[in-house]
Amino acid sequence: MVGAGTDPAGGDRAVPAAAGHGFVWPREWWPRERWARERWARAALILCLHLLAAAPLEAGERFLTLASTTSTENSGLFAHILPLFEADTGIAVRVVARGTGQALRLARNGDADVVLVHDRESELAFQREGWGVERREVMYNDFVLLGPSADAAGIRGKPIAQALRLIFNAGARFVSRADESGTHKAEIRLWRAAGLQTPVGSEWYLETGSGMGATLNIASAMNAYALADRATWLAFQNKGQLDILVQGDPVLINPYGIMLVNPQRHPHVKAEEGRALIAWLTSARGRKAIAQFKVAGQQLFHPYEP
Amino acid sequence: MSEIYTPFAAAFTLIERLDSDLMEIVALSLGVSLTAVILSAVVGLPLGAALALFRFPGRRAVIVVLNSLMGLPPVVVGLTVYLLLSRSGPLGAMGLLFTPTAMIVAQWLLITPIIAALTLQVVEDLWAEYGEQLRSLGSGPLRAVPTLLWDGRYSLLTTLLAGFGRASAEVGAVMIVGGNIAHATRVMTTSIALETSKGDLALAMGLGVVLITLSISINATAYLFREFTRPNYA
Repeated sequence: MVGAGTDPAGGDRAVPAAAGHGFVWPREWWPRERWARERWARAALILCLHLLAAAPLEAGERFLTLASTTSTENSGLFAHILPLFEADTGIAVRVVARGTGQALRLARNGDADVVLVHDRESELAFQREGWGVERREVMYNDFVLLGPSADAAGIRGKPIAQALRLIFNAGARFVSRADESGTHKAEIRLWRAAGLQTPVGSEWYLETGSGMGATLNIASAMNAYALADRATWLAFQNKGQLDILVQGDPVLINPYGIMLVNPQRHPHVKAEEGRALIAWLTSARGRKAIAQFKVAGQQLFHPYEP
Repeated sequence: MSEIYTPFAAAFTLIERLDSDLMEIVALSLGVSLTAVILSAVVGLPLGAALALFRFPGRRAVIVVLNSLMGLPPVVVGLTVYLLLSRSGPLGAMGLLFTPTAMIVAQWLLITPIIAALTLQVVEDLWAEYGEQLRSLGSGPLRAVPTLLWDGRYSLLTTLLAGFGRASAEVGAVMIVGGNIAHATRVMTTSIALETSKGDLALAMGLGVVLITLSISINATAYLFREFTRPNYA
């Protein structure tokens, strides 16, 4: 930096250009011959301008934006099926993966063309309010209740309602998404079905406000109980001591629905491309692709037969 | 092998394979952050220098605000840009949300205050040193702006590097306005966040090692550039 007095001999830094002779700033500042010489500088500048302009230009490619959930993205389902859809139709799908609540919010703002989420109640409300149209049920998987294999609350193999009551009475540590996601809403319904208040505010009930993966990382580090969808759980790689303790109860079914964002509300919505995706996912070919997606030899999503 | 070593193995595997997805992510990260830095420099350098050299009412307040903006939370910047660029926002018709351009805008907002505030400091010090000399040559503050910016170029390079560091390391803003879309807006930091959420901590740290390596190479290049172009009066 500027070291006045550190070097009495004049320093290793140039005296201001203006000091030695008359002040002719444009030449001193960036002389023309130097600008011509330093081609790399111009090349870098042009590259950057190009990048800045590239985003609107590439709109020539045919694509749609799909707001969806972390479970479908993180499990690898989209990476498996969307290239097949693109090969069939020439339409690329750009996935923005958020919790169900956030995905619906994006769609309501018109920032997505199609929305694929897993909370029937809010999907139907979304449709009723006129934001989504042409809703189809695509597939389902199920929720599992995870916990430390030591299982201090003793819930292994119990029905879900009883398991939640045991956790509640034992005050065993439970990690909740608390982010308005489909999984969070399912969790609230399950507490209610067990005849309990959602234990918000209890010392043992931790609200992460984060995605499924972040929440699982916390549950794994703290050896806590947590509700997760099976797909994310199977694809998750930091399981630690956690294990599936409760599964298979019919109330744990987790259905996914797809909707087109209402083109009458948002005229820019790519309705044609969106309808193509909805039709493809519910077609025999799409259903087969969904059913064929496996992690560790296990099928994660089950398409609905029409 | 202990958990802490696996990231390095993961990083080496990634680099060794020259994984095409990784290359795409690295290219986009560099492109977005470098563009943001250049645009921030275009605004921040003259702004900082002007604030250092001109006296006007409310100048101190502006400086305090500018210094505070250096600590802008990326998530807040991301949210602001999202609300502007959303189809329901004032600039929605441009259709820029979830594009690299949106990410550049967010990073530009984030680092322009940093570059301006650090430039202010550099130019203020130079002005204290050479102000009298420049004034005696008939140079007012306006003419001193380019002179002192050019004179302080070696210090200002560090300023730009600080801006670049902030831009390339942040995740909150680009996650919101970019959407972390594969092959479109996925950059180093958002893929690290993604791999962490998948529980693949080794791969996440491996990507982290790649990011840090890149950052070191860029800073080393800048350092060498500075060393070789610095006038030598020995």
